Amino acid sequence: MNDKTQVAAQQAAQRAVLPAVDVYEDETGITLLADMPGVPRDQLELKVEGDALSIEGAVRAPTPEGLEAVYAEVRVPRYRRTFTLSRELDAARIDASLKDGVLTLRIPKQAFAQPRRIEVQAG
Amino acid sequence: MYESLLNFPNSLFGEFERLRRELDDAFGVSALPSSIRSVAAGSLPAINIGRTPTSVEVYAFAPGLDASKIDVTLDRGVLHIAGERASAVPEAARGKVNVYARERPAGRFTRAVALSEDVDPAHVKASYKDGVLQISIARREAAQPKRITVQ
Repeated sequence: MNDKTQVAAQQAAQRAVLPAVDVYEDETGITLLADMPGVPRDQLELKVEGDALSIEGAVRAPTPEGLEAVYAEVRVPRYRRTFTLSRELDAARIDASLKDGVLTLRIPKQAFAQPRRIEVQAG
Repeated sequence: MYESLLNFPNSLFGEFERLRRELDDAFGVSALPSSIRSVAAGSLPAINIGRTPTSVEVYAFAPGLDASKIDVTLDRGVLHIAGERASAVPEAARGKVNVYARERPAGRFTRAVALSEDVDPAHVKASYKDGVLQISIARREAAQPKRITVQ
């Protein structure tokens, strides 16, 4: 293989499609749900680098011997999406679970950012 | 007078619209021959179909479903897949929840796929793993390629 083939193969491995996400925030943190069908737990990568959270997963579907494709709507077997987290989110305490192809991330807010009622002393 | 403000004859927009329509008719998705039951690309769930000498494999990428509630039926060579998914985003009724993105489809979905004549409806297996519904339909014996020896 010459250099050009290797570069092309690397680029092909890097192509990814954006998974659909639902993001909502409540008082204690942010919940993110991402649709990543076909990604088993061992192919899922979650990375936090600085303030960037990236989710990446490779699709592995069991394919029997000699399978030839007839019709494909999903052609890129990789999902990748990156989010920027704001300062008040505590990236060290992210809770992640993957079930039936849905990744659920729960990112709590830092302790100082949680809403707190301040009692006003009378008099 | 005119149907739409964007469609004056000789207007800039009118010309673009006509050009777009002509290109679509010549090269667009609806211009390609398609099966009478095919749906526009982008309908859900996404489906990949593959074929081995002994079976036809259909993969439907539908995450977040309850396996017991997915309806798969095979009727006269047409495979129907139907199911429902509830939205996971809580309604912002209480005013304490901000929704920033709601891209994941929710609700009922149904898709029909026309399969080739040689599938055997008596031998169908379906499994749901990691959000992928895999349906394997055996092909009839007569459809499998047979080697013919030359005397």
